[in-house]
Amino acid sequence: MDNELTIKIAGEAGQGMQTVGGALCNVFKDAGFYLFANQDYMSRIRGGNNFYQIRISDRPLYTLRQNSDIVVALDKPSVGIHGKSISKDGVIILDRKRFNITEENSAFFDIPMYAIAQKTGGNEIFVNSVACGFLAEMTGTDFNYVDDVLRAAFVDKKEDIVKKNIEAAQAGYDFAKNNFKRDIFKIKKGNAKKTLLMTANDAIGLGAIAAGCKFYSAYPMTPSTGLTNLMAHYAEKFHMIVEQAEDEIAAINMIIGASFAGVRSMSGTSGGGFALMVEGFSLAGMTETPIVIYEGQRPGPATGFPTRTEQSDLDYLISAGHGEFARLILSPGSIEEAFYLTLKAFNMAEKYQIPVLILSDQHLADSYRNIETFDFNKVKVQRHIISKEASKNVKNYKRYQLTESGISPRAIPSWIDDPIYADSDEHTEEGHITEDAGIRTKMVEKRLYKKMAGLSKETEKPVAFDIKGSDCILVGFGSTYGVLREVKESMPDKKIGLVHLPQVWPFPAEDMTELLKEAKKIIVVENNAGAQLARLLRRETGINADRSILKYDGRPFNLDTLIQQIEQEK
Amino acid sequence: MVEAKDLRSSDEIAWCPGCGNFGILNAVKRAITELGRNPKDVLFVSGIGQAAKLPHYIKCNCFNGLHGRAVPVAAAAKIANHKLTVVVSTGDGDCYGEGGNHFIHNIRRNLDITLIIHNNQIYGLTKGQASPTTDPGYETKFQPEGVIIEPLYPLEMAIAAGAGFIARGYAADFEHLSRLIVEGIKYKGFALIDVLQPCVSFNKKNTFDWYSKRIYRVNDDNSYNPEDRLAAFQKSSEWGDKIPVGIIYKIEKNTYEEKTGLSERMSLAEEQIENVDIRDILKDFS
Repeated sequence: MDNELTIKIAGEAGQGMQTVGGALCNVFKDAGFYLFANQDYMSRIRGGNNFYQIRISDRPLYTLRQNSDIVVALDKPSVGIHGKSISKDGVIILDRKRFNITEENSAFFDIPMYAIAQKTGGNEIFVNSVACGFLAEMTGTDFNYVDDVLRAAFVDKKEDIVKKNIEAAQAGYDFAKNNFKRDIFKIKKGNAKKTLLMTANDAIGLGAIAAGCKFYSAYPMTPSTGLTNLMAHYAEKFHMIVEQAEDEIAAINMIIGASFAGVRSMSGTSGGGFALMVEGFSLAGMTETPIVIYEGQRPGPATGFPTRTEQSDLDYLISAGHGEFARLILSPGSIEEAFYLTLKAFNMAEKYQIPVLILSDQHLADSYRNIETFDFNKVKVQRHIISKEASKNVKNYKRYQLTESGISPRAIPSWIDDPIYADSDEHTEEGHITEDAGIRTKMVEKRLYKKMAGLSKETEKPVAFDIKGSDCILVGFGSTYGVLREVKESMPDKKIGLVHLPQVWPFPAEDMTELLKEAKKIIVVENNAGAQLARLLRRETGINADRSILKYDGRPFNLDTLIQQIEQEK
Repeated sequence: MVEAKDLRSSDEIAWCPGCGNFGILNAVKRAITELGRNPKDVLFVSGIGQAAKLPHYIKCNCFNGLHGRAVPVAAAAKIANHKLTVVVSTGDGDCYGEGGNHFIHNIRRNLDITLIIHNNQIYGLTKGQASPTTDPGYETKFQPEGVIIEPLYPLEMAIAAGAGFIARGYAADFEHLSRLIVEGIKYKGFALIDVLQPCVSFNKKNTFDWYSKRIYRVNDDNSYNPEDRLAAFQKSSEWGDKIPVGIIYKIEKNTYEEKTGLSERMSLAEEQIENVDIRDILKDFS
């Protein structure tokens, strides 16, 4: 691939990979690079082997590469673990003396980074800043950008700390300038200076705030924690209450209670936490209470890989909850989609009075990419409640009034003069408990058929490219969008079409049938073992995929290995 | 002025004849009228069980949710609109069993909500299994050799967890119980009212007769100081020949609404959300 670099910084947990990785992302962006960055970390606070991978270029990037051009080993094991995945002409930066490595390897480039850190900062902890410095120099990035980013990163720290970090970085920069005499990593920069740098977790939080979410309750669980942190960070500014629940059962029941009382409410979790929420999910369906839940998938079963990625909860979410009721499941494939679909999630939850799920995964949730700013013309909060003003005229209110659309006008407690009854038992239009067979039938049809019919009329359309005349169509949902997009762009000589589903339920069966009707070959690409999307496609459209490419090792797809897999005939 | 008849719901009552719940329902209605609350500003939240049906029998707002999960619904409804009077109608199985975790942690949250726990020491709706407060040795179909595990002492537990208002009432003492409910609702913070409620169908031990011989009003004794935590612990553990009712423990505490600043503002539900502008915070990502 032309004019791009993949940089990997590896070490043990607790060495500050996240800090140095985050700082470098900002340095590169400020210098004009587009980037895609992802942290691979273990479920531990200290030790083990973690790495931060940053891919930079002059053009927008959407996924990761298999090999790295520059590996920075912050400890000895990283040399062995990551030295193997070096690109041709790649370099492994290590501290020979510190790691006690005497063997020769043409890819090695020795920087006494720990000694530099000790000398400039008086502590080895400054090695991260040293790395920022030499990586900036090697990639042809002006030191001013490093200086600015470090000042901003340590703004809350004492002046002395800021100074030491900058000196350490400068020393790293100077060392590379005087000793690393190759220019191959000094690639062309892009126009990304004015972009925003964030993760999908951030975008979902920003979408929720813009959608008027006023109550967020969750129990901490990777990889949804980033969303929780963002909501808590901005809670005061936007008059939101962000409450740590005692468990996920409380979290979902709390958002249902807050929503019933009139505020837009949300929770975030992962598969295991959602398992605890499932009864509450059904309660939202039965009581017709709008809620939005973000489910950041990670590999199961049970605790699985707590810090890694998978797309194995698709079947589970489609059928989660006892009984039958309508739901909407959105599956953003990019940071931008995560933002707009979160807004849509709140509007649709309120319109249909249903639970809405935003299905993502650790890979999309935690990966950084730079994006253009949001189009605020597309940000519309559509309320679907009886306004306080209109509430004055409401008489003989029935919470579950039977209507053509299946949607009953929703009043807010204390705004109308009548009491509002909501019930998890089967209920009458008034909301009182009933065992009547006739009412039961009507209520089931209201909650399932009628709402599903409405939802199916406004599905989020599949995103499709170059379907006509293609020899092969790649199909995916959620986080695979980025890698599929780059795979397609990287194989221009092959006639490849692409379909990405930003909504998996209700399944856009008509659209998919239309898009795939002339397909010569369909390959469904999923980060799971069960070919869940391929089976869903067959179930809802009768279309059989010709091939499934599955990955269930807890790691995301990357550009190189997916191209290899596509090229291998089955 | 709201009168008891204004609180009459159209829903048919599905409790057993002679059930202790009738006394509680009447006391609740009396308390709401005495407090002069407009029924539209009162929300009753319940889970599952006979106690959970109470909100249907009173003409106020009602959210009848899942077994054990009334308290988190109530807590968050209060957060969403702190001007609502929020009362939870729950039972010993619902609140101390299935919902035990929420019981503990919402005491810690200290929202201004009131819990009325219909404590009949048995599971009624599922036909007679032991509850967390069933006396040891009591035989049920699920525990044919008698209950062998220790009963839970909810009042002691509530004091330990930091509740600021803890009372015990008796379903057959309408006047006294309605006073306790008035005091509980007026109290600023999490108020717990455990109500001894004979189950005429499944609890053959703790009957009206059994209770009436044992109950005494703790607040009749002027020397009892409900602000004394150790004395309250002692009273809470009294069970057997003599059973105290009344306000066992009461202290002032800061509420969740005060600590979060909610009480100073309009309710979250009333805030305009059509034009929330996030452009200003995008600089944090640039």
